[in-house]
Amino acid sequence: MSQIIYLDNNATTAVAPEVLEAMLPYYRQAYGNPSSMHSFGGELAHDIEQAREKVAALFNAQNTEILFTSCGTESDNAAIRGVLEAYPEKRHIIITRVEHRAVLSLCHHLENRGYRVTYLSVDRQGRLDLEQLRLAIQPDTALVSIMYANNETGTVFPVDKIAEVVKERGVIFHTDAVQAPGKLSLDTQRLHADLISISGHKLHAPKGVGALFIRRGTRFVPFLIGGHQENGRRGGTENVAGVVGLGRACELVLEHQSREREHLGRLRDRLEQGIVRQIPEVLINGDPEHRTASTSNVSFSYIEGEAILLKLNEYGICASSGSACTSGSLEPSHVLRAMGTPFTAIHGSIRFSFSRYNTEAEVDRVLEILPKIISGLRDMSPFWTQFKKKK
Amino acid sequence: MWDYTDKVKKHFFEPHNVGEVLDPNAVGEAGSLVCGDALKLSLKVDPKTEKIMDAKFKTFGCGSAIASSSVLTDMVIGKTLEEAARITNRDIADELGGLPQEKMHCSVMGMEALEAAIANYRGQAAPKAEEEEGAEVVCKCFGVTDRKIERAVRENNLSSIEEVTNYTKAGGACGSCHWKIDEIIQRVRETMNAPRSPESPKPLTNLKRMQLVQETLDREVRPELRKDGGDLELVDVDGKLVKVRLLGMCSGCQVADFTLKALVGRKLREFVEPDIVVEEIRE
Repeated sequence: MSQIIYLDNNATTAVAPEVLEAMLPYYRQAYGNPSSMHSFGGELAHDIEQAREKVAALFNAQNTEILFTSCGTESDNAAIRGVLEAYPEKRHIIITRVEHRAVLSLCHHLENRGYRVTYLSVDRQGRLDLEQLRLAIQPDTALVSIMYANNETGTVFPVDKIAEVVKERGVIFHTDAVQAPGKLSLDTQRLHADLISISGHKLHAPKGVGALFIRRGTRFVPFLIGGHQENGRRGGTENVAGVVGLGRACELVLEHQSREREHLGRLRDRLEQGIVRQIPEVLINGDPEHRTASTSNVSFSYIEGEAILLKLNEYGICASSGSACTSGSLEPSHVLRAMGTPFTAIHGSIRFSFSRYNTEAEVDRVLEILPKIISGLRDMSPFWTQFKKKK
Repeated sequence: MWDYTDKVKKHFFEPHNVGEVLDPNAVGEAGSLVCGDALKLSLKVDPKTEKIMDAKFKTFGCGSAIASSSVLTDMVIGKTLEEAARITNRDIADELGGLPQEKMHCSVMGMEALEAAIANYRGQAAPKAEEEEGAEVVCKCFGVTDRKIERAVRENNLSSIEEVTNYTKAGGACGSCHWKIDEIIQRVRETMNAPRSPESPKPLTNLKRMQLVQETLDREVRPELRKDGGDLELVDVDGKLVKVRLLGMCSGCQVADFTLKALVGRKLREFVEPDIVVEEIRE
């Protein structure tokens, strides 16, 4: 296989060399347990606190407001279940139809446990109606959980305005911000969410570490119960190397943020413009005005996504698709369906997502290969033949 | 990432017989744009010998859909219509060196398009699933009838809802037809078992049956229910009628009836006897 062109950074990212560098000592020499009485282990607690400070800086928050977890899914689970347990009399949750599985499946599960869940819909561009949210809040609403940026389309929800609506009614607001770091501000002085989830491996830290911001004063019952780690809010020996890596990765995000956003946006626009110029019958999915700079979700009508991915894979190009055939189930992307995207377009949807390590040359290489793949598959498609005849 | 055989890959990356034959005298279509895969098969049949002289396909779909179509054209060229009519979805999958379970429906689509093309040649209307006389659409999401499910179960020896979904797509979306699919599986499997096993095992004694039922419930059913905070107890075994009571989260649950039919019934029929009937006792 030729050189890899990795355009699937919403799925996971490369560990930054600086991050790996920061982590290695904790695997080699400093393998102690931070809870130990001896200094060999015990002193690692300081390193954890330093990392916490760096993560807190990303949120413009205090150290005590940061909880380390094992991944984005754990952060979401801890946030939602932690709040529900703290308010046992409240039985209602509000989320959206386009949430990540970590929130969506959990809420389906909670429905079977007797909770009521309101699933807010989105419009054709994937936008929410804040009035609908306002009307959905009930006296026993425990929690509103709405993502910051959508992992499939990059559509950004106005979480600051959402927070206003939710906080006005005294309800807890959680946002899954796993796709946000590096692309959107997480300044909690301006974004008034009570809980915010992030995941290490989406921001050039390794897999197996995540964090949850818990605003001071938020009632929260620990999700993982065990030792006294994390101030008694999460049992389990700390993933010291992972936590240190996450700290370093957050530091890099803050350092590169403005330059990076511009870089990502330039790559995305170059790709989209090239696609639209060279390939007929394409559809760019998502809210064109409020989208993360890193994400491009494009539908190639009349052909199927898995076939496109298999062909791209032959050239070492990594992307993903919302097609039914790639999901393992027979259902195409719940996000695109919630947006009312036509079925022809959902099956042929491809998501390209960029990171700071991608280059214009890589985009140009994709633009050289992609049109041939699309026209080859369309020549094979009965619907493309039909469509051309109609024209 | 799907685990495709080399042959599937070969037929996907370099498909044979793409396109439409000139002046076809048999055309068959299967699948739909909404479902995510569709195949249009065109044949040139020699009217004297009824031999398929040429075959071409156009397919909208994933890697295995395209590979199934390509290999199908290879398989039918040179065969008479009568020979071609005997090709089953399993033959198509076997010819490809196998397909992932979740992709078996691609081979079913190939078989359906071939049948439609043969019917078209004979001047019969293509057997459109929804319009089959007396057939009932079981899966409304994908428009799959009981006939199609029955056939898939019989020809591929399927025994679970998941398998039926893999082969026909039925039940793959909203899931509200799962209990119906389960009933069809039971019904078809009973007729399959009867004539095929002349030396059926000795009938169980009441005591043995009770033992087996209790064991099966403890091993196969209760752990599943407990996962969801529920449980069940065996109340009585009256011949082949098994009475159970749901406990915990399961009792009074709206899907209780479904739970019983789908899980308890299936497991007991699988591990105890094929004609066990389950009843829920409510107090």
